[in-house]
Amino acid sequence: MTAPTTAGTRPRHLLDFADWTPERLTALLDNADTMSQVLDRPVRKVPALQGLTVCTAFFENSTRTRVSFELAARRMSADVVSFAAGASSLNKGESLRDTVEVLTAYKVDAYVVRHPASGAAHLVARYSGKPVINAGDGRRAHPTQALLDAYTIRQEFGSLEGKTVAILGDIRHSRVARSNAELLPKLGARVRLCGPATLLPADLAALPGVTVTTDPREAVRGAHAVMALRLQQERMSGGYLASLAEYADHYQVNARLLREAEPGAIVLHPGPMNRDLEISSDVADGEQSRILRQVENGQAVRMSVLYHLLVGRE
Amino acid sequence: MTPKAIILTADEVRRALTRIAHEIVERNKGAENLALIGIHTRGIPLAERLARKLEDLEGVSIPTGMLDITLYRDDLSEVAHQPIIRETQVPFDLARRRVVLVDDVLYTGRTVRSALDALIDLGRPEGIQLAVLVDRGHRELPIRADYVGKNLPTARSEMVKVKLTETDGVDVVELHDMPEERP
Repeated sequence: MTAPTTAGTRPRHLLDFADWTPERLTALLDNADTMSQVLDRPVRKVPALQGLTVCTAFFENSTRTRVSFELAARRMSADVVSFAAGASSLNKGESLRDTVEVLTAYKVDAYVVRHPASGAAHLVARYSGKPVINAGDGRRAHPTQALLDAYTIRQEFGSLEGKTVAILGDIRHSRVARSNAELLPKLGARVRLCGPATLLPADLAALPGVTVTTDPREAVRGAHAVMALRLQQERMSGGYLASLAEYADHYQVNARLLREAEPGAIVLHPGPMNRDLEISSDVADGEQSRILRQVENGQAVRMSVLYHLLVGRE
Repeated sequence: MTPKAIILTADEVRRALTRIAHEIVERNKGAENLALIGIHTRGIPLAERLARKLEDLEGVSIPTGMLDITLYRDDLSEVAHQPIIRETQVPFDLARRRVVLVDDVLYTGRTVRSALDALIDLGRPEGIQLAVLVDRGHRELPIRADYVGKNLPTARSEMVKVKLTETDGVDVVELHDMPEERP
């Protein structure tokens, strides 16, 4: 399916990073700095999106991403309408297309879409004709999570240029890993993806700036940032792993593995965490952890994304 | 582009700022509890220059800040491109301070309105005053400056260009005809 983006240098949607140049992405992260300042002020609100309505359409459960987007939109003075699939007419057989067309008739100005099917955000973009932000579709993309990861690394080191980021875990099912593998090399970083062979799709190695390995020590060696992914236990019934204990033995991000990384390396996790499975509790709560910083940064980054997509005319 | 008139030379800019500094001291009966906040872009060096003059006059240190009003503009849906958001930096407590907002040109008043909103979101100053280098008229909002370097009646088809050493390498205020829009 072709992404329904507008021609020219300004992307109309954030579905993935295909249409986003490094310059645009850098501008987006730069503006997130300003948004972050807004969040530190006594009045955590600016009128930039006053009069606009953002619909968060979540067809899959999520608390933190939805709350983060809704707060981001409200901090920019947009009105927010929240739509949860469980309580909708989708249960009565209405199609996604009809649902989106009805919401658009209610004068929604932008959509934030989470959906279990890859490509659903593209469909919403096509049928709404409005800017769409992909908040996670199937295994394909979760671009704002990758942006907040990039922002957190940049905040720590000043730049992503020349940095190495190791991502460990269930790469196969992870839209976060896929989006990071697309984004971080665009900003000058190298990405090492690591997991058991059964959870490591080889096609990602074809992306520029990306390598894959099954050896966690090799992945983490000299890395500036180490990201543990949530082991999606609900997806582990397909014989991908011999046992969770064995997985933790080999691939857990813990103090021993972290010694391989660059001194001063930071630890990231997109959450929610399985403590002492993919990440040890002492590392998750330790000095090198930036996991809560990621959550905090998520709001500023999402404010910047909304600003970029909704402010100014074509 | 050649200007159709020079409104203020470098010396006249300097003298206008000196006069404004004296007026600020007179009106505020000194410079205690004053702060100067420049509006991006050229308001910032003007605020810094005024602060130095006030310090020379009164012997007290005057804190300065910078304000970007992009997120407060009421015409964001009309601008052709995404505006660049620049840094807002007000590294002092606004409470119990008299703040002088500083900008280069006062025109419709919309920038000042946005700046007032932005400033009040940062804290609660005791009072806010407005200093501009040039007031060119054509107000769209009930806003007036407390300190004006030069009152300059203009046509809407004209453009006032303020150039400052810090941003443009030279101090001068020029009047230009607005370039015609290409079809």
